[in-house]
Amino acid sequence: MHGYRYIDGVATLQVDRPRCIGCGNCVEVCPHRIFSLASGQLEVKDADLCMECGACACNCPVQVITVSPGVGCAVAILSAWVNRLLGRKALSGCC
Amino acid sequence: MHERAGYVLCPFVLDFIETPIGPIPRVATTISLRDRWGTLGARTGVIRRNYKVSPGCYAVGSPGPQSPVLVTANYKLSFDALRLRLSGIDAWLLVIDTRGINVWCAAGKGSFSTDEVVQSVHRYRIGELVGHRELILPQLAATGVAAQGVRKGCGFTVLFGPVRSADLPAYLRQGKRCSEAMREATFTLAERAVLIPVELFLLAKPLLYLVGIVLLLSGIGPSVFSPAAALHRGGILLTATVLGIVGGAVLTPLLLPWLPGRQFWMKGLAANLPVALGGWALSAPRLVPVEQMALVLWIAATGSYLAMNFTGSTPFTSPSGVEYEMRRGLPAQMVAAGLALALWLAGPFC
Repeated sequence: MHGYRYIDGVATLQVDRPRCIGCGNCVEVCPHRIFSLASGQLEVKDADLCMECGACACNCPVQVITVSPGVGCAVAILSAWVNRLLGRKALSGCC
Repeated sequence: MHERAGYVLCPFVLDFIETPIGPIPRVATTISLRDRWGTLGARTGVIRRNYKVSPGCYAVGSPGPQSPVLVTANYKLSFDALRLRLSGIDAWLLVIDTRGINVWCAAGKGSFSTDEVVQSVHRYRIGELVGHRELILPQLAATGVAAQGVRKGCGFTVLFGPVRSADLPAYLRQGKRCSEAMREATFTLAERAVLIPVELFLLAKPLLYLVGIVLLLSGIGPSVFSPAAALHRGGILLTATVLGIVGGAVLTPLLLPWLPGRQFWMKGLAANLPVALGGWALSAPRLVPVEQMALVLWIAATGSYLAMNFTGSTPFTSPSGVEYEMRRGLPAQMVAAGLALALWLAGPFC
């Protein structure tokens, strides 16, 4: 995604590369094109571009990718904080 | 022929195609005036939460058993984004129930899911409608849909198509292959600008509460409460609030890639700096110095907060990153807003 970079060093993306079978699903679904396969070996080109959408982990047939997925939205995080503070569960006030 | 008591035909349905599983509505691939009004309503926020089409199977062109099956969400804007790109193409559209939420948000929040796709394939008897076993899903649905799970659940192979429906004709022409560009999320000036009206609409209600509070607080002075001061000073503070909104919810989205810093609350500060200075220059002759300081702080705080809120509308902010910047930005905004309030209240006594 040209022209945009978010905060470095915070994304929770982790790849257990030795267990990767090189199917390429993650390469295909990543909307920020951060993966590449070179001779069957998965490379994470730029982990700081990860927005933690979880598409790669969801479509990994051998579960070697872990990422704590979620919605990168201040309103959602704020309402989660408020709900935790008040001991409520419901998420509200968002798309 | 397809009239039923108590039902009205959707305006985007042209006619019905007879198939082995019964009549399937064929939809238009051109936009009508009614669609345009609907889009306007959804984009401004007026009908955003209830702008849906009924889930089920639809057709474009004259599809047959070998035609592709394109899956989408039942938000009307998503449905329109798909069908309006398909003129000259024969395809089935499988609209799944995402409670009227778009593909990306529904996939992120679990309603555009593996289960929903599997159940829809069964419920709408797609296996009897087509001879092949392929579903084409928007790539951004991959957050919620596991291709291997769909195959296990209903025997269909999921092909993730391009991110944008505009690329679908090219994708189909190229033998269901995406170029790198088709797979990458973008956030162009037009894509950012179209989000601004909803941001503003969502602020209407909080702004209404704020009007009452601002008028009340602005009237407090040496004579306990002065209605004249409430109107005069309240008017100035409300204008400052509007300036903060312009900086945070209009300028920040428009100027996003060029604003300095990575964190949105800082980008908001940068966008609001000239706005705050402009507001200060305009109102300075009518205010004492503490009030001027209050005004600048208030514009900076509101703009920074609203810029931070815009993270939810972008396709590149990670939740870990948003939480990281909120732990820094929110306290700064609260201090600035608190200080602004204290200085504003102190104004009449100076």
